Amino acid sequence: MPNATPDASLSATDLVRTFGARRAVDGVSLTLAPGDCLALFGPNGAGKTTLLRLLGGLLRPTSGSAAIDGIALPGGTDVRSRVGLVSHPTMLYDALTARENIEFAARMYGLRDVQAAATAVLDRLGATSFADVRVRSLSRGMQQRVSVARAIVHGPSVLLADEPFTGLDTSGASALTAMLTELRDSGATIVIVTHNLDEALALCTVAAIMREGRFVRLDRAPIPRREEYTALYRELSVDAA
Amino acid sequence: MPPDTRAAISRPTPGFAASTLAIARKDMLIELRSRSVILSALAFAVLALTIFFFAWDPTAVAPIDLAPGVLWVIFTFSGLLGLHRSFGVEQPTRAMDALLAAPVSREAIYLGKLIANLGFVILVQAVSLPAVALLYNVPVGAYVLPLAGVVLLAAIGLVAVGTLFSAMAVSTRLAELLLPLLALPFFVPVILPAAQATARLMSGRAVSEVAGYIELLAAFDIVFLVTCTLAYPYTLEQ
Repeated sequence: MPNATPDASLSATDLVRTFGARRAVDGVSLTLAPGDCLALFGPNGAGKTTLLRLLGGLLRPTSGSAAIDGIALPGGTDVRSRVGLVSHPTMLYDALTARENIEFAARMYGLRDVQAAATAVLDRLGATSFADVRVRSLSRGMQQRVSVARAIVHGPSVLLADEPFTGLDTSGASALTAMLTELRDSGATIVIVTHNLDEALALCTVAAIMREGRFVRLDRAPIPRREEYTALYRELSVDAA
Repeated sequence: MPPDTRAAISRPTPGFAASTLAIARKDMLIELRSRSVILSALAFAVLALTIFFFAWDPTAVAPIDLAPGVLWVIFTFSGLLGLHRSFGVEQPTRAMDALLAAPVSREAIYLGKLIANLGFVILVQAVSLPAVALLYNVPVGAYVLPLAGVVLLAAIGLVAVGTLFSAMAVSTRLAELLLPLLALPFFVPVILPAAQATARLMSGRAVSEVAGYIELLAAFDIVFLVTCTLAYPYTLEQ
């Protein structure tokens, strides 16, 4: 079984995913407890997004295994109901309003009062003022807030976020950081793939640098100071290039 | 809290019918706002009808010999135009990933798409059928109900197959070419009995004469609905 420790909410053992001859994820093992936040850094093509898709059950591993709350992935509806997913593409419907997108997501997660759930999460992310505007008319930053709202409307126990700070202005980034902190402190497990070291290091309890499908560095709290970690990241990324 | 305990905590998941209808409703709402499928299908129907009408020599070919063929050419190709868009609506923002990550049955996604597609196809048929009857002066009033039944049964079969192949083709670079190439051979078993039944009904034959075609259409509908629903999750395997 993939659970390396008894209190793991998200675990992976020797995960491998190949695309043809290329090993996009090459033997990743990981254990995260409730309340952990993993910040995943790495150069483009390091395998971060593929790892996130494997943990979200959107890809089947070539070998190895992963589990959420002890339920093996990719799993069925039970495991999917525990996960929230934020991706670089917004995963929203342009022709629908922000509220309609959130309400649709709430229906897909079986929530009873979808309107109340949508109102609450839009309010939490400071998106109420443009809730009834069609997504195609919103700025990238506004769309990103709606995208995050869509991902957390059902209160996931694991949030997988690929570049969640994309397009956000300072206030949007602050609102997102506050929301992620609140989510983490409430016991959710968060995995963030990002190039934004400042925001991610402030939030994370675990930090990893990925290169060529593998973790080349994994730090648990206390994470090295920002300047030190930035230097390490640059050094390892330059090596990859 | 150990994972076994956490795993035992059940979280809400949507019912099959509720998620199917929510997906169908969402697709219909998007289409009602964008009108891209309906307008392109209707434009094709009007264009094809006009071309057939002006290429027709009424002194050489009787309208009753031409009308059923025109009708089914329009139904088939205007349907394909709409089906191509079915899964394309999720492509630009990868909204399908959000659907697949949600605790929704894959079969419910397929059936939701199918219901929405069926709505669009029936709408185009509802406009095309009276237009063909009017232009070719084919009185359909006496047998409108059995004809509507034939058209509806054929639409279900076409949409069942087309929705599946739309899902398969959407992520390929040649989706617009691949969908008709994949779907048209599977449309044949539906279109043949439907066109035959239409021709007989328009010729004023008794409904009992087309009962065999109607049964055949119903049988194909059941086979296509069941196999396509079961096959859809395999189109998502990565």
